[in-house]
Amino acid sequence: MKRALIPLVVFLVLAGFLYVSLSRDPREVPSPLINKAAPTFSLPLLHDAQKMFSTQDMKGQVWLLNVWASWCGACKDEHPVLMDLAAQNIVPVMGLNYKDKREDGEDVLRKAGDPYTLTIFDADGKVGFDYGVYGVPETYVIDKEGVIRDKIIGAVTPTNLRERILPLVAELK
Amino acid sequence: MKKLLIAFLLFMPTLVLAGEARDLADDPVTERRMINLAEKVRCLVCQSENVASSHSDWSNDVRQIMREKMQAGATDQEIMDILVARFGKSVLFDPPVDSETLPLWLAPFILLVLGIAFLFYQLRSRRAVAPEANLTVEAEQRAATLLNKEDNT
Repeated sequence: MKRALIPLVVFLVLAGFLYVSLSRDPREVPSPLINKAAPTFSLPLLHDAQKMFSTQDMKGQVWLLNVWASWCGACKDEHPVLMDLAAQNIVPVMGLNYKDKREDGEDVLRKAGDPYTLTIFDADGKVGFDYGVYGVPETYVIDKEGVIRDKIIGAVTPTNLRERILPLVAELK
Repeated sequence: MKKLLIAFLLFMPTLVLAGEARDLADDPVTERRMINLAEKVRCLVCQSENVASSHSDWSNDVRQIMREKMQAGATDQEIMDILVARFGKSVLFDPPVDSETLPLWLAPFILLVLGIAFLFYQLRSRRAVAPEANLTVEAEQRAATLLNKEDNT
């Protein structure tokens, strides 16, 4: 009797492994930057090329860095979620307009609304590279000491905002 | 005619060998070095491809950054370290053996040893439980004649 159970146990173990790994997204590569200091940078703003944004300005604050572009489809999905978040005024969200044309980026924000505290303009994607961006949108949670505490690859949804991002922000504050 | 067509179709793949993604090669030596290195890097946007042969935007950027770093005098190892620091070890097609990846490297051998042990155990216990032939005299005689018949043919 015991013997007959062995294949069943082997099957269940295999099925368990498959269930877990098949439900994972292979595109979601864990970022080595989590719990490391966020790369510092200084870049002009999207709306005003004369004004600069520097990561130094954010010292002492918990903030989100949201990487987006006018050419990115999933960014349009997360846009209303970010608008809601902005209306609640919980945490500053800095937009990083990544590898975009200035007028295209501005056009999106003018038409669909601007959820960002500030929008930083990363025309050649160099800052994006330093942050390990490989798919847009990506969102970073950065703490008061300027350490990256989490990275969301793909769109911010009401679910991951409620269950993942906001609890972390509350804890860091 | 049909054969000719089949032969042609069989040779088709050799005609459509995909070339490496072409880039500006102002310095062929750097370009060759960059391509060699880029072949060892996984394109994260199209995971089964390497950065040297991928046409994705992300791979273009990585190649451009490699070129710039090489021109600035970085060694291959330094460039790989930069990539691993930003994107993790999964960008390497040949991940290093270290404490994090050791279980993955060892898993096949552990499974092999377990499999062999299981096989030995099975064979031994099977021999132990091989049933004794419990035959009547007549049956034994019949078996013997049958066996002998086979021997003679």
